[in-house]
Amino acid sequence: TQAGITALRAAEPLKGLGWPGNPVSVALREGRVSATDLCRKCLQRIRETHYLNAYISVTEELAMQQAEEAELRLLRGEPRGILDGVPFSVKDNFCTQGVETTCASLMLKGYTPPFNATVVQKLLDQGAVLLGKTNLDEFAMGSGSTDSSFGPVRNPWSEAVTGGRSSMELGSDWAIAGGSSGGSAAAVASLSCYLSLGSDTGGSTRNPGALCGVVALKPTYGVLSRHGLIPLVNSMDVPGILTRRVCDAAIVLDILRGPDERDSTTVPSPALDCALTEELDLTRITVGIPQEYHAPGLSPETARQWERVAAALAAAGARVREVSLPHTQHSIVCYHVLCCSEVASNMARFDGLEYGHRSSVETSTDALYAATRHEGFNDVVRRRILAGNYFLLKQNYERYFVKAQQVRRLIADDFSRVFCSGVDVLLTPTTLCDAPTYTHFTQEDNRTRSTQEDVFTQPVNMAGLPAVSVPVALSARGLPISLQLIGSKMQDKKLLSVAHWLEQQVDFPQICFRGDDEARERTQGV
Amino acid sequence: MAAASAGFICNVNVPKPVVIKLFSLNHVIKRRLSTSVTRCQSQPQVKKRSCPQMVGVVGLEVHAQINSTSKLFSGSQVSFSSPPNSRVSYFDASLPGTLPVLNRRCVEAAVMTGLALNCTINMKSLFDRKHYFYADMPAGYQITQQRLPIAVSGLLIYSHLGGPKRNQVISKSIRIKQIQLEQDSGKSLHDEHQSQTLIDLNRAGVGLMELVMEPDMSCGEEAAAAVRELQLILQALGTCQGNMSEGQLRVDANVSVHRPGEPLGVRTEVKNINSIRHLARAIDHEIQRQMELLEQGGVVQNETRAFDQKTGLTIPMRDKEGLQDYRFMPEPNLPPLLLYVSGRVPAGLDPSQVVLVDRVKALLPELPGVRRERLVEEYGILPEHSYTLVNEDGLADYFETVVKATKAEPRKVIGWVVKELLSNLNQQNLKVNQSLVAARALAELLDLLETGHVSSTAAKVVFQELWKNPEKGAEKIIQEQNLGLMSDAATLQIICQKVVESHPEEVKAIQNGNHKVLNKLMGQVQKETKGRADPVQVRAILQELTSS
Repeated sequence: TQAGITALRAAEPLKGLGWPGNPVSVALREGRVSATDLCRKCLQRIRETHYLNAYISVTEELAMQQAEEAELRLLRGEPRGILDGVPFSVKDNFCTQGVETTCASLMLKGYTPPFNATVVQKLLDQGAVLLGKTNLDEFAMGSGSTDSSFGPVRNPWSEAVTGGRSSMELGSDWAIAGGSSGGSAAAVASLSCYLSLGSDTGGSTRNPGALCGVVALKPTYGVLSRHGLIPLVNSMDVPGILTRRVCDAAIVLDILRGPDERDSTTVPSPALDCALTEELDLTRITVGIPQEYHAPGLSPETARQWERVAAALAAAGARVREVSLPHTQHSIVCYHVLCCSEVASNMARFDGLEYGHRSSVETSTDALYAATRHEGFNDVVRRRILAGNYFLLKQNYERYFVKAQQVRRLIADDFSRVFCSGVDVLLTPTTLCDAPTYTHFTQEDNRTRSTQEDVFTQPVNMAGLPAVSVPVALSARGLPISLQLIGSKMQDKKLLSVAHWLEQQVDFPQICFRGDDEARERTQGV
Repeated sequence: MAAASAGFICNVNVPKPVVIKLFSLNHVIKRRLSTSVTRCQSQPQVKKRSCPQMVGVVGLEVHAQINSTSKLFSGSQVSFSSPPNSRVSYFDASLPGTLPVLNRRCVEAAVMTGLALNCTINMKSLFDRKHYFYADMPAGYQITQQRLPIAVSGLLIYSHLGGPKRNQVISKSIRIKQIQLEQDSGKSLHDEHQSQTLIDLNRAGVGLMELVMEPDMSCGEEAAAAVRELQLILQALGTCQGNMSEGQLRVDANVSVHRPGEPLGVRTEVKNINSIRHLARAIDHEIQRQMELLEQGGVVQNETRAFDQKTGLTIPMRDKEGLQDYRFMPEPNLPPLLLYVSGRVPAGLDPSQVVLVDRVKALLPELPGVRRERLVEEYGILPEHSYTLVNEDGLADYFETVVKATKAEPRKVIGWVVKELLSNLNQQNLKVNQSLVAARALAELLDLLETGHVSSTAAKVVFQELWKNPEKGAEKIIQEQNLGLMSDAATLQIICQKVVESHPEEVKAIQNGNHKVLNKLMGQVQKETKGRADPVQVRAILQELTSS
């Protein structure tokens, strides 16, 4: 029954959800599929894949109501926009009016915001149908989606079937989804929605996108409003876009972008309209390969894909040259200081007084604070708060925070220098290797894992640059391998154009679950 | 690690709840400098012989609530009498995901205040977060300007009355270190009976200007005069309503003592001061306390003390014990605050959406210091009178209205305003705008005086009658009570004759050349006529009667 989604995509494998001639958007407009049917099928898919734990809450009633309204508009021939009737999901750290928003933390369990995040509102204004809120590491602190108070997220490819066999022979173990936007990546990868909003502070959109084999875009800082995104590190947080195809990401970016008077750090950005229909002249593109990204721990399989794609770009006429980002190596430790400091500050508001969890210990205001925060936050959050408060102490501020800011500037300068030297995009791996198993991943603590996993993604946030992760192949274990393209500031369009070309070259396989094949056969003609 | 998690909260210095007294609105606070108890000449002194004499050193930190319709970073209305928690936006309540949006009106107010206080305006300033846990500080931090404030290096020029007769205007100045924009907190109300704390966030996020003054004062009176001048400036600008009892202007005093030439002593911070009068008392008490403590071989603690207005003492604030580490951090959600000047706004920016310093400067109104000078120059009055006129709310306006409406000379008007009017107001604890004799009514009375319809002595009686029956008008009172000038020559002749006859000693003295004694006889005549006699005629008649 979920075949409606896959079959539609199979009919036009290279086109996105809202592109002219696109299956879902066009099918909705032409009445070949109704918005309510589509919504029902997605909800059904969510139920079938509930073991992935991709969603924290599913807003079934609200979704059906929105779908019915979309259907009426579509029937009248008056769709609100290109996404009218298209189902989407949102990471549970974006505020959704009237819909519980937890950040996967006991601290916000049961918290219902009275307003929508700007990016959520923009999708709703288009007529897109909200299916639910997706799982994450608590307060987006993590790179595995294993540290959620609602349990870990599983990687859909763990359960996928490739060439008639289960892709992973792991017994009871399974691959993690990556994080922290693991729920969003798993939701898109398992085809339960067409797009999902994630957030990206150090790679939190690109990392799970890479491990789950979907397109994951982190736009330039300031292009998308953060109003309503519950912050991790304000100066690095960017709403992320997870889709099945690059052109879908471009469409969504174009809808979401623009200054927001509620977020003073937003800036005007150029339109992306029809960005990807133009033929990309690769001979005018210079691709940089950062030598420092040949990092220890990079899997041979991922390295091979990196080389293969670089070679393909060169073969197609692009100039491919090695570049140096010497300060990249300091990025992780620098990020650690800045992240913990902002976390300590941002988390100060959770005291149980205005909203969220409140402890029953009420012997004094201090005791209430302490008990509330101890009960509401997990170990990861509390450790970062402790470290952050230490870094911000008067006697430590110069030594840690100020130093880290200086290093951050050096890292950003590295990128600027490379882009000023004529490089258009950088090509790097997104992660060191394909998705690790849950058992393996949880052998190390959250901090160690974040240090390892964010190594390629996180310098980008330091510099506020746009980057996109594109799946390029399956590993021997049948799990996705993805590469990252990094653009210079405000060059999101150019970045996506190259990503689009890359996507067409690599022909990444479509995920297939047991039972999907037969269903597809039946609905091929839709 | 898990065990430490409850402990980390202690590491960040959680203050204990403090009782913030809700002010009572019917508590009338007199703001007159004349009521200030202390004066620098009689600065607290320790009698013991010690050389050289210790002196007080006073610096002030003033929080001025910005007079704007909405808060510093949110669209909530600023209002004092709204029901609790009715003026609270999502941002004010620190709902997660909300972001600060700077209110341009508040920036303009700070720029204007900075210009009026002779500050250097920083064309680029920054916002920081200052962290502390407090029930009425919902975000767990206050957004302020610690590193780079909007205005620096200013000068507050003020004056106070001094000299043996306290009629000399003494001009002084205080360096202003900086003016920073920051958020106000909410209010906590502690219910001791039910041992609960109630929070009202209406005030949370209201814009404040924190003015940090250098320790350039030495006693309560100077501090009081400086704050009064600041209050007048802010009110003239309209950037702050300046009412201390309503908390629109809050003053904390940093007080220390030392012997001149020696390093500054350890200072204490005195809080909880809600009127200018209390400010002077609190500072003088604290100076006295520190001096006595040191004389007795004690040590001044660096601590925060609260002024108790009942006892007039300062007492340590228990919950402010220990040094706070505010863990300052740049506010990442607000870009640098940039100011511009006309014609130099970068392309792409809407000039109506930015603050133009030159435009703000052009809007500066007449400041109190300038007004005093103008009053002296324009009306020929004494400097100390201009001081009184400007320092009393509305008095200068009252004076100028009278001057414009009457034929009487301004120099005559001033006496009526600073003596008759002011003493009546003070007796009944009224403000100028509550005066029972309107400026126009006084002008009418002065016209009658000027045209010889009433003597000056009788005019004072008329004034008091007017005060009791404001609706009647001077002319009617004069008629009804027969207070008009007595100028009938024959009648005056008879009265003068009587006086001369009953004062033979005085007459003899005059005839011996002591002409001053004539005034005594004149007084007698006025006594007989209840002050209604035309003094010019009386003098002529008396001179004639005593000349033989």
